[in-house]
Amino acid sequence: MGRLSVDLCGIQLENPVIPASGTFGYGAEFCEWYDINLLGTFSFKGTTLEPRFGNPTPRIAECTAGMINAVGLQNPGVKKVIEEELPKLKSCFSKPVMANVSGFSVEEYAKTCALLDREPQVGWLEVNISCPNVHGGGMSFGTVPEAAAEVIAAVKKATTKPVIAKLSPNVTDITEIAKACEAAGADGVSLINTLLGMRIDLKTKRPVIANTMGGFSGPAIFPVALRMVWQVANAVKIPVIGMGGVSSAEDVIEMMLAGATAVEVGTANLIDPMACKKIIEDLPGVMDRYGIQNLKECIGGAHHG
Amino acid sequence: MVIFIKDSIWQIVSNSALTKAVYQMRLRGDVSAITAPGQFLNIRLAGLTLRRPISICDRDDTTATILYKVVGKGTEQLSHMKPGETLQVMAGLGNGFDLSPAGARPLLIGGGVGVPPLYLLARKLIETGRQVTVILGFNTAEECFYEEEFRAIGCRTILTTADGSAGRRGFVTDALPEDYTYFYTCGPEAMLKAVFQKTVTSGQFSFEERMGCGFGACMGCSCKTVTGYKRICKDGPVLLKEEILWGD
Repeated sequence: MGRLSVDLCGIQLENPVIPASGTFGYGAEFCEWYDINLLGTFSFKGTTLEPRFGNPTPRIAECTAGMINAVGLQNPGVKKVIEEELPKLKSCFSKPVMANVSGFSVEEYAKTCALLDREPQVGWLEVNISCPNVHGGGMSFGTVPEAAAEVIAAVKKATTKPVIAKLSPNVTDITEIAKACEAAGADGVSLINTLLGMRIDLKTKRPVIANTMGGFSGPAIFPVALRMVWQVANAVKIPVIGMGGVSSAEDVIEMMLAGATAVEVGTANLIDPMACKKIIEDLPGVMDRYGIQNLKECIGGAHHG
Repeated sequence: MVIFIKDSIWQIVSNSALTKAVYQMRLRGDVSAITAPGQFLNIRLAGLTLRRPISICDRDDTTATILYKVVGKGTEQLSHMKPGETLQVMAGLGNGFDLSPAGARPLLIGGGVGVPPLYLLARKLIETGRQVTVILGFNTAEECFYEEEFRAIGCRTILTTADGSAGRRGFVTDALPEDYTYFYTCGPEAMLKAVFQKTVTSGQFSFEERMGCGFGACMGCSCKTVTGYKRICKDGPVLLKEEILWGD
């Protein structure tokens, strides 16, 4: 393994760059752009037990240095993902993939994870307890420590693969949720999911997003995400995956210095489908510039001394 | 169908106003990914997060022409750009119109900024020997554009305005001819719904939606159809009359 490699919950990543769930589909769209085997891994589209259409449109709004989405977990359901998407993925991606799972009850999370547990290509289960765009599920589990712990404990029973809890920033104290997940057996945490936001159209004087509110992402949220990664890295011993507005190799290193073992890239993929490839290619040069021999050394580096 | 999308730097050849709000921009760049009329470009603009999807009005071997209406920040910024300036442009997006079912006498129905993608379509239909009728609908005379351009390539062209200040008074659906073999349409949703109800043949509809990525990754522009969920950007923007479900 080279100077970019990191260990994420016992699985080696060639580099720490991971396209974030919801911005990379199940990989197929990006295989048209580049060989996605150069990624550390990627987190596939949030998958639920049953198929979902998601929210009405408009689902997207532009913001200064960011965007709002209210897709609402559109996905074909875990059965179709296993029968159709994973076989397709196998033909263009040879590494373990991160399976992102969402649900509307503890049982649903556990069932979906149990089905994905049997899939050899699934390396990690990223359990989304932080989707701001669905009612009665998603984020409601990620804003109360006990509920978060209950989901993680149930999922842990359903799988032997590493379980990563994806956390919401829309809470008073994200470290409380992170600690609850760690205590319930989570092998890692990833953060932050999107910040709840909205826009109003001055012409219609109505919310731009049909669902009124949505998840705010993009470069604008990077400092907020970095701060939360820093806080969580201080609060737990399990690996932290940092995300939120990451768009450059410099951002990746900054996240790692704050305590991230790996880094997810979201909105940047939607603006430039080659974003992750460029970030990975830029990393060695940026590391040289800042005297970093191996990326591993960076993890939590800003906490010392 | 494998779609080859390309993202590259294009140079503005010209950019000028056609009406008070509608501009015509010609761009020189790698047009090789544009394979069908009805596809769109997704244009990155300095300082803005999301690209702006704009349908292709015409193309030749080295350039593409877009017509766009200034409706917000992005199109406003685009309208101030000068020849020689460059833009990052993704091309080859969307399925585009399928010419094969057109028959001998296809009808094209466009409303407002839904008109532009019909121009390249009309040109291709005429090149393949079809007799094309086009109905153009606008609100007022001062909003009208491209009537002469359609006539110049040999279309039987019917102009309608809602207030009667140019062409026939009324909506595009008030001007439907008796005899046509197939239809293609693009325009505001209310117009598309009226066209759906009043047309007697099969046809193709081009839709507009707010997009995130424009290339099928984010599920920002999904809609429900008879044949399942479709992404306007990747599985559309053109849908067949038979697969459309109106409303939610």
